[in-house]
Amino acid sequence: MAMDTLPHAAGIIGAVVPRIDGSLKTTGTARYAVDHNFPNLVHAVAVQANIGKGRIRSLDASAAEKMPGVVLVMHHGKIDNVYRFYPHESDGTISEARPPFSDDKVYYWGQFVAAVVAETLEQAKAAAASIKVEYEAETPDVKTDLSDFDGERPESWKRGDPDKALASAAITLDQTYVTPVETHNPMELHGTVAVWDGENYTLYECTQGVVNHRVVMSQVLGVPRENVRIISRFIGSGFGGKLFPWPQSSIAASAARTLNRPVKISVDRRMMFSNTGHRPHTQQRIRLGATQDGKLTAIRHDFFTQTSQLDDFVEHCGEQTPFLYSCPNLVVTTGMVRRNVGAPAPMRGPGAVPGLFALESAMNELAEKLKMDPVEFRLKNDAERDEGKNLPFSSRHLKECWTTGAEKIGWKNRTPEPGSMRRNGKFTGLGLGSASWSAARIPCTASVELCPNGRVCVRCATQDIGTGTYTIFAQVIHAATGVPLDRIDVFLGDSSLPEGPTSGGSMATSAVLPAATTATNSAVTRLLHIAASLPDSPFHGMKPENLAISNGRVMQKGDQQPKVVGVSMNSGRQLSANGIPFEEVLKMANLSGITATGKTAPSFEDPKAKQYSLHSYGCHFAEVEWEPEIARLRVSRVVSVFDCGRIINKGAGTNQMLGAVVMGLGMSLFEETVHDHRTGQPINNNFADYIVPTIADLPDLDITFLDYPDYIVNEYGARGIGEIGMAGVAPAITDAVYNATGVRVRELPVRIEDLLKSTIHEA
Amino acid sequence: METFSYVKAPNVEKALASADGAKFIAGGTTLVDLMKLYVETPKTLVDINLLPLDKIEKLPDGGLRIGAMVRNSDLAWSEEVKKSYPVLSEALLSGASPQLRNMATTGGNLLQRTRCMYFREPSAGTPGGYGCNKRTPGTGCAAVDGFNRMHAVLGTSDKCIATHPSDMCVAMAALEAVIHVEGPKGKRTIAFADFHKLPGETPHIENALEAGELITHVDLPKPVEGAKSTYLKLRDRASYEFALASAAVVARVEGGHIRYIRVAMGGVGTKPWRSREAEAALMGKPANEAAFKAAAQAALAKAKPQKDNAFKVELAKRCLVRSLKTATATA
Ligand SMILES: Cc1cc2nc3c(=O)[nH]c(=O)nc-3n(C[C@H](O)[C@H](O)[C@H](O)COP(=O)(O)OP(=O)(O)OC[C@H]3O[C@@H](n4cnc5c(N)ncnc54)[C@H](O)[C@@H]3O)c2cc1C
Repeated sequence: MAMDTLPHAAGIIGAVVPRIDGSLKTTGTARYAVDHNFPNLVHAVAVQANIGKGRIRSLDASAAEKMPGVVLVMHHGKIDNVYRFYPHESDGTISEARPPFSDDKVYYWGQFVAAVVAETLEQAKAAAASIKVEYEAETPDVKTDLSDFDGERPESWKRGDPDKALASAAITLDQTYVTPVETHNPMELHGTVAVWDGENYTLYECTQGVVNHRVVMSQVLGVPRENVRIISRFIGSGFGGKLFPWPQSSIAASAARTLNRPVKISVDRRMMFSNTGHRPHTQQRIRLGATQDGKLTAIRHDFFTQTSQLDDFVEHCGEQTPFLYSCPNLVVTTGMVRRNVGAPAPMRGPGAVPGLFALESAMNELAEKLKMDPVEFRLKNDAERDEGKNLPFSSRHLKECWTTGAEKIGWKNRTPEPGSMRRNGKFTGLGLGSASWSAARIPCTASVELCPNGRVCVRCATQDIGTGTYTIFAQVIHAATGVPLDRIDVFLGDSSLPEGPTSGGSMATSAVLPAATTATNSAVTRLLHIAASLPDSPFHGMKPENLAISNGRVMQKGDQQPKVVGVSMNSGRQLSANGIPFEEVLKMANLSGITATGKTAPSFEDPKAKQYSLHSYGCHFAEVEWEPEIARLRVSRVVSVFDCGRIINKGAGTNQMLGAVVMGLGMSLFEETVHDHRTGQPINNNFADYIVPTIADLPDLDITFLDYPDYIVNEYGARGIGEIGMAGVAPAITDAVYNATGVRVRELPVRIEDLLKSTIHEA
Repeated sequence: METFSYVKAPNVEKALASADGAKFIAGGTTLVDLMKLYVETPKTLVDINLLPLDKIEKLPDGGLRIGAMVRNSDLAWSEEVKKSYPVLSEALLSGASPQLRNMATTGGNLLQRTRCMYFREPSAGTPGGYGCNKRTPGTGCAAVDGFNRMHAVLGTSDKCIATHPSDMCVAMAALEAVIHVEGPKGKRTIAFADFHKLPGETPHIENALEAGELITHVDLPKPVEGAKSTYLKLRDRASYEFALASAAVVARVEGGHIRYIRVAMGGVGTKPWRSREAEAALMGKPANEAAFKAAAQAALAKAKPQKDNAFKVELAKRCLVRSLKTATATA
């Protein structure tokens, strides 16, 4: 959509607004972390362990050290100024707490055991390949069956007596659901360019949190926080894998200091399968009990989540279980099972995505046992309040999501018997899965500056990971001032700016909105005061309360309707003959600008918000087509309906949801990182063998936002949307698969080998 | 990647003269990839992109001559191929991506190497790396006990179970193409069925080319009168993935009976898999489902599934049955 057809002023909130940084990306002007180059820059290349467990017996870098261009070889015992970060005792989070090269042990295949720094990338690669490492190798434990776990399994969310209720339930279901290791594969590889000036670090990173990155790296590098600056202006997406620092950042920074030269390091695609996180394998047993007429009486959700040897990452599969449905007896238990794999990391919808695959699959299976329609079964068990926290919901319209989606996909024509529906010679199947994700308002500070050149600058140390955060800020400023989008400069992705939120947990938008609004409003208030008090001002002597800013002009209230209508807002022409441009006021007052700061107070400190359960909801209805003759399954349609509060940018919002559904499709049918059982290597560590959907795999996608504002979360009524879109896709697809083929797949992804078990054949 | 020297050959003679200890580079889509993975470490690359081998010509006997440098896209979209050898066009278009097909050549496609994940590991066949008899004879085969979902079920040996990945070659096997080569000892032709080698005890020997030999072109025999042909590829996703199972069929039906039949399969064999068993089961038989199923049974009778790929046996059967139906359909 062209900018000049956008709605004006407050109407821009909720519109389809093209990204203000879009052309920088499409023209290749946007510079990502490793696009930064400096005079004297050298290249670091890491060496990966090719065993999955054991000890380094010897490491021979003598050849590498003599190779052309090599300036530094780093390995165990040879890395300077890198310290341990204590994750639980400070305000930051790190992905892998063990500093790189800190001992001779190998905990997972691919762990960095050395790095070479050389004048050119090619020289560094060649030297890295010449390093000879000998190991005392042990057999790594990468078993996918997690049942051997005998450690602690803490209970949470317990209410009533689930075991007793299960024992006495009229109808029960007891099934185990498995999700594999899935690897984050954002387009942009992980990488760092580290610059050390003898006192200060500037790290060009691709991080989802510049503030957190600074907190962590100042500790890791042993320099004061104010001497570390993190820059991450553009990020080629992260999906959670770039939330917290990984070892390559420390390697580059250490080398930069040792050499006193800028150092660039990039983690290649192969390495990204072992060294920068993944969604861990989960194995979840769900037991449900219900009355004969379909009222839930018990839920037991016992899950194992695989994790690495040294860090304690847990995939919280049971997070949505306590409040999604009404049920008097419930418990969730967690088992953290260690394997020889790299540290897992949050991946889009962590916890909820695998957790709801299990819970929603079980709901679909139980509906079948009850001979009830799965939508009706859900409506019957819908929760009136959050029974886990015993709080009312701030805003929940899950029922409407189900009924709207059912209507759109034509659910009433669905027949539950497998293989009972056909179209154009193919069998079809329909399935359903629900989604939920928590909402919160996390702290944020932003500053807004009205500049004498007629531009408005907004600054915040959050970042745009590709989701549209730049544009959200511009929308807020435009809504409050009427200054056109092309006169608004948004500065993000720099830790030296006022502290903003990490882009994670779908919480950035709801956090930045209040801060940006408050900052804008207080800058405007100051402007109006100045306008009213300046002797030469046309508004001299008026009450500031009677003044306002509209179309970027200061004017009297009530005088805001543009007299010239139908002129585009960025045509350079004046929309209104009223008032005077705000920059004229600054000039009159001889001001270099007016700056104000706004803060978002977190919801966890807000007594009102604390009285509510804050979550977003949604559901997906999937349709698949099945050709048994050639065992071909394709997803033909996905209808998704979301209750995510008010959507601020319908364009970016829809884009998020489409992407999330496609990612859910990949999870359902394709994605699985396979570890070789002998070495522990992710053996399909490339895009030919780790498959994700292609355009040809995409079904018709239909996204609906219910758009009910949630004013408990913030004054815009906006919650977050990044994660929720992926939750619930997999159970919808597997249920549709069952409906078409008669095969229940409880272990993702759905593979041809599963479908060949189908006994549905041509009539 | 190891350092190498680079020569651009202006003509066939110069290419052959520079071939000693070198590798020819055509589209480079396989070779450069494998050089980056240290699978191929040529000392010299002889670029053959200037050679005048980029034409598709009709032969006097009605056959078709395809230059070794004809790009996969050009071959797939050639009017002659679309009309007379649709199985070849369909096979080519089911492979890789448009960008790759624009670079990939006929000669290079014949020589593309397996996608076995263990073979492609940089350190395979070296001490401390995965065993790979293809990379270094005698080091074993890591795939046999490893993750082998994509591996072959036909033509394997205990030394190697790697699948031949090409789609084009499967169609050419069914079309009974003839490969023309030129080398230090002169020119010779190789029947398609004899070109690719079974792994047996020597999986590192993949084809009948001798040192320094250049593929100059591939001849297709005159199209079989009255025959229809088809290619079907089955895979996990809809596009841009190697076959789990594929089938190329050329068939002529007269009076409801099969009078001419050629069957080849991909994704399941250690070489492009011509199934004479299926052909024998079909020849002279009525073109019906029972005969197709019997042929599929015969084609896979000797299949030897591995730990993760037993499903390929059933999938290949279904693939073949459907292709036979398509190729023999009357309408
Ligand atoms: C991501 C990806 C996906 C792919 N998917 C598919 C697929 O789905 N189906 C499929 O069939 N293929 C697929 N391919 C393989 C592709 O078809 C081959 O890479 C291509 O055909 C090779 O042709 P080329 O000209 O690039 O060969 P090159 O890489 O130039 O050469 C390959 C080999 O052939 C030798 N060579 C080349 N020409 C001659 C000649 N004239 N005489 C003697 N030796 C010669 C070279 O020395 C080298 O050893 C895929 C490849 C990639 C990278």
